[in-house]
Amino acid sequence: MSKLEQAKANKKNKKRNRIIFRSAILVVLFGALAFAVFSNLTADDGATVDVGDKAPDFALKQVATVEDLGDLQLSDYEGKGVMLNFWATYCEPCEREMPYMEQLYPVYQEKGVEIIAVSVDATELVINNFVNKHALTFPILHDKNSQVLDAYGIRPLPTTYFIDEHGKVEERVLGELSLERLEGYLDQIVPEGS
Amino acid sequence: MNTIICDTCGHHNKEGTTICEKCGKPLNQDTQKTLLNMRYDGTAIRSKTRNRSIIDKTWNFFSSIKVGVTLIALALIASAIGTIYPQETYIPQTVDPSEHYRDQYGIPGQIYYQLGFHNLYGSLWYMILIALIGISIFIVSIDRGVPLYRALKHQAIKRHPKFLKGQKLYGEYSDYTEEDKQQLLQHLKQRRYKITEKDGHYLAEKNRFSRWGPYVNHLGLIIFLAATLLRFIPSMYVDESMWVREGETEVIPGTNQEYYIENQQFIFEVYGDREEDEIFETALENNGAIVPRHYETKAAIYQDTSDKEVISEPELEEIKRGEIIVNQPIKFDHFHIYQDSYQLNEFQSMSFKLHETEDADEEAILEFTVDLVDPERVYEFDNGYRIELNDYFPDYELSDGRPRTTTNYPRNPGFVFFVYGPDTEEAEVSFLAIGQNLAAGENQYKLSLTDFDVRNVSGLTVRKDLTLPFLGLGAFIFMIGLIQGMYWQHRRVWIHPTADRIYIACHTNKNWFGMKSEYEKITEGTPFTEIVDQENKNE
Repeated sequence: MSKLEQAKANKKNKKRNRIIFRSAILVVLFGALAFAVFSNLTADDGATVDVGDKAPDFALKQVATVEDLGDLQLSDYEGKGVMLNFWATYCEPCEREMPYMEQLYPVYQEKGVEIIAVSVDATELVINNFVNKHALTFPILHDKNSQVLDAYGIRPLPTTYFIDEHGKVEERVLGELSLERLEGYLDQIVPEGS
Repeated sequence: MNTIICDTCGHHNKEGTTICEKCGKPLNQDTQKTLLNMRYDGTAIRSKTRNRSIIDKTWNFFSSIKVGVTLIALALIASAIGTIYPQETYIPQTVDPSEHYRDQYGIPGQIYYQLGFHNLYGSLWYMILIALIGISIFIVSIDRGVPLYRALKHQAIKRHPKFLKGQKLYGEYSDYTEEDKQQLLQHLKQRRYKITEKDGHYLAEKNRFSRWGPYVNHLGLIIFLAATLLRFIPSMYVDESMWVREGETEVIPGTNQEYYIENQQFIFEVYGDREEDEIFETALENNGAIVPRHYETKAAIYQDTSDKEVISEPELEEIKRGEIIVNQPIKFDHFHIYQDSYQLNEFQSMSFKLHETEDADEEAILEFTVDLVDPERVYEFDNGYRIELNDYFPDYELSDGRPRTTTNYPRNPGFVFFVYGPDTEEAEVSFLAIGQNLAAGENQYKLSLTDFDVRNVSGLTVRKDLTLPFLGLGAFIFMIGLIQGMYWQHRRVWIHPTADRIYIACHTNKNWFGMKSEYEKITEGTPFTEIVDQENKNE
């Protein structure tokens, strides 16, 4: 009797071990599958810096100004929401959204949101002419050596980041923005308590 | 759980077992008349026995050979279809794929595009299919390999007569002496059989390791598949491309802004430049276009030593200098930079002169040069002239009647100059581009292009692949498994004495011809030479 019970217990044990073993292997294999699928989906959708990431800090020369203002550093704006726009003069969608940014800039600056536009043009003169033509008042930075472009992994232009007051990327937009959408995204990064 | 009790020895066998684990008596009644199925040595394939929880069901699904073969067949068919038309990466980048496939290949092309075959090898379902094959291989290996290993490890020496009779090669002998038997065993030993004995029964066995070949092979395959997944880890694998202009220093993509490359010189040689090329003259004339002989980039690699907390102007330190030729990359810190392509003769600077519009000799009042990457706004001269570059279009194009630039690069530069003479109050406006020289109104002065400088642009590919050793390891293990399973055979000889006669049966997992000829050699000079191939007899 006790032998039979022992055999039964033994069998039960074996069965439990088998379930644990099989589950563990299935979890590992499907984990690898999920990793592959996830990596593949996130691999080439445009940019390396993604929603939820900390926006890499950078310092770039401010251009199209009357006097030399030197470098502007992203971390100087901690405590404020920042809209970070990557653009170029030869990019037509960028040119179309510039007036919207200019229109909303004073409104949101009062609410604690700053707009920074990083140009990836090679030629400073071209940027100056563009800024004058569109009478842009927000800071324009020149990423002459494309380091910031590379660090953020920007592919399509324009690409726009909406960064909250703690430096975290709240939203990322690949391509052109309409006035309504721009307003909606800017509202998201208005710092709390202001 | 159901068990099958052997009616001869009383051993409890697992459900699904076809040959008693202890005595080797065939348990399946149907096999009585035909040969025994020796696959997996008659053990129960574990997945075939239970099918209860979801875990078991999933396990059993993947452990099925049918499922595995179906998955492989699907992957093969899909891969073949993917080669019918070019993949999206290989069509011109300037065209819209949705139109390109229809325009080029008609309705089949359209279907091909809409079913997603234009981007097959990176598509989600294709990847999942390949991964499912990996899962199937893994589970099948465990499911068959483990019971087989255990069955062979614990195999009985003394087998039921029916087991021997059920083997393909089988013989019964009554006329023999003890000496003959010893000689047979001696011959087996000479041929490197391992002999075990129990109660006068013998089992001679060799090359059992050959049975593990397929499992070793699968292990290699799984390592290989896993290694391909490592490509998704950015620090393991980089495949980027970049353009560097002569004289420029650019950040190398994929290095986290740590490394920079300077294109010091781009060398381009064509056939026909040298004297010994005369023999090619006719061929070159027929070809019409130039044929490059050689192109290379003289490059310097720099490392940014500045504080990486903030991305700003790099502090560069040269770490390497050398040539990049097509198959000879420059190498540093696991990165290889290859020469990929080039663009020749991009404008770098343009020189102009100013003269009186009416002057037929166009005698220069002044000359100046505009750097096309970083032009200056104002050019002032001692003789009171001042020229302002009011607007500049690196890659000029008219769009809706307005000039604009379409790219960053000075491929087709256009200029708007304001000319102020010592005796003119108002600026005179001139527009210059290649083949165009327009004046706004009656200008006293005219600008003309006198000279220009060009430079070449080098196209480079940046590669880093730390997954190769893992792929190599997987392929190596795969080959070992293949060789192990292909070049050796697992052979067994059972010797079963009874009161008046002796039974001998042989088994090999493959190459029966070899087994037979080996048996002939083993039994040379003994009365056991005659052995029956029962498979032939049944036919």
